[in-house]
Amino acid sequence: MIEARGLTRTFKNRGVTVEAVRGIDLEVNAGEIVGLLGPNGAGKTTTQRMLATLLVPTAGEATVAGCDLRRDPVGVRRQLGYVSQTGGTNPSAKVDEELVTQGQLYGMSRSDARARAVKLREMLDLAELGDRVIKTLSGGQRRRLDIALGLMHDPRLVFLDEPSTGLDPQTRANLWTHIRALRDQRNGTILLTTHYLEEADALCDRIMIIDAGKVVASGTPAELKRRISGDLVTFEVDDVVRAQQLLRGQSGARDVTVVERGLRITVDRGETQALPLMRALDDAGLKVGSLHIAHPSLDDVFLTLTGRSLRDAPPS
Amino acid sequence: MNELDYYCYLRTLDAEPIEVPMLRDAMITFRYQMRLLLREPVWIVIVMIQPLMYLALFAPLLEPIAKTQGFPPGGAWQVFVPGLLIQLGIFGSMFVGFGIIAEIRFGAIERMRVTPASRFGLLFGRVLRDTIVLLIQAALLTLIAVAFGLRVPLAGALITVGIVGMLGVSLASLSYAAGLWLKSEDALAPLLNMVSVPVLLLSGILLPMSLAPRWLQRIALVNPFSHVVDGARAAFLNDFGNSSLAIGLIASAILAVGGLAIATRTFQRESA
Repeated sequence: MIEARGLTRTFKNRGVTVEAVRGIDLEVNAGEIVGLLGPNGAGKTTTQRMLATLLVPTAGEATVAGCDLRRDPVGVRRQLGYVSQTGGTNPSAKVDEELVTQGQLYGMSRSDARARAVKLREMLDLAELGDRVIKTLSGGQRRRLDIALGLMHDPRLVFLDEPSTGLDPQTRANLWTHIRALRDQRNGTILLTTHYLEEADALCDRIMIIDAGKVVASGTPAELKRRISGDLVTFEVDDVVRAQQLLRGQSGARDVTVVERGLRITVDRGETQALPLMRALDDAGLKVGSLHIAHPSLDDVFLTLTGRSLRDAPPS
Repeated sequence: MNELDYYCYLRTLDAEPIEVPMLRDAMITFRYQMRLLLREPVWIVIVMIQPLMYLALFAPLLEPIAKTQGFPPGGAWQVFVPGLLIQLGIFGSMFVGFGIIAEIRFGAIERMRVTPASRFGLLFGRVLRDTIVLLIQAALLTLIAVAFGLRVPLAGALITVGIVGMLGVSLASLSYAAGLWLKSEDALAPLLNMVSVPVLLLSGILLPMSLAPRWLQRIALVNPFSHVVDGARAAFLNDFGNSSLAIGLIASAILAVGGLAIATRTFQRESA
């Protein structure tokens, strides 16, 4: 659905050249939710804006929904639904005015656009709000309206820029449900940017971690986490010293360390390897009080890759 | 009717009305923008207050001056009202750029730029709304002036309103271009102030330039708006043979086409 090679974008600001995106390769297949994860200023939005025809790349090539980005930007626009970070509704317009006008700008007839607006409002829990002035909507309703606007022409490909910024956790979870439904019910392809680890983790089939304008890692959330650090298995045992000696000999157990009231072992896959380890302890007559398996967070991944925590990364 | 003819006849029934996408997008944008404006019609009235005050409080001052040497032919009203209409055309349109800056801030412009809609259409729909509002204001102002004592032939009045419309197209377009380019009210306001004062003073809107000393008249020649005002005054006198009418029409047409071209280019530019 998307294929990009060496996408680059530099900005000139008062004589200073800023390299916002430095050669990003990217591939998104149909029916996938792919997330661009990174701190503010990493180049996620710039990458998305280039692919959405809003910025001309300084270098690089891309094909989006079968259309060449440089030669056929109108073809790209026809097939793409784009929801920017700020959304883009006029607060004094009414919900259906925005929806119908948007549909018409995509070439739909007025009656088709009306029918589509009603359908989308139902789908996105905005059913009763067609006649409401937008400034009277709640934050969550407005964000769902932004997404409805991006879906008016029933695009196969949707870009979401920070879809859940500024939403409370409950509204966010609700929004995720809608985004997943896009993929599951319509085989839609979604490219989203986020700086929320939870969002990337919960929503994306594949993640590309972007830092300082480059892709530093990509894979499924689970792959990324496994690749970096493995899982952490923690046992609470009575005789910590004997247990440590015992477990050091077990295959697959790396890095057995004593922690508060127990032992922490790094393994490749916690779910399959914890039980054999526990059985070994049990066979040796040691009493296991509790077992805890922890997966590394994407923040751990980011930290390992860039030496910085995603949460601490300076905003730009 | 043979079979083939009948088939062709059916085809013509099926055929979509021929549409120019550019104009279709302009009409969509126009209707959308007009609806937003009509929700707060108070602005349409506010813009009219200033010229009405000039009409009521300034025009009477001109009556004695109209007798001085160098004052153009026609009475005070016939000289002043065309200038006032041009002033409405300029000042009623040149501030629309603030509206597009607000739209940029909402993200609405960007959202529309990701649609396949024609950039000219997105611009022209807005300009069309502003121009139609302006024409209604101009017509109202002329009618009110007639009530005050203006005598003007219909043809001349209509031509002048047409000139005002072209000015509206030009200045609304340029204001949108400036708004798209500057993206900030804080930068647009001083720019408009800087441009509007010399345009006003050097166009003979308030007092005819024929009263001015030579050097001031020469500077005014460079100001296209002074030709537009002269043209409108000639139209008000039904003086169709007067070359200043032709020059005024040409100047306003050039301003309109030039403004639209510049603004369309700005709309097409990637970062606008």
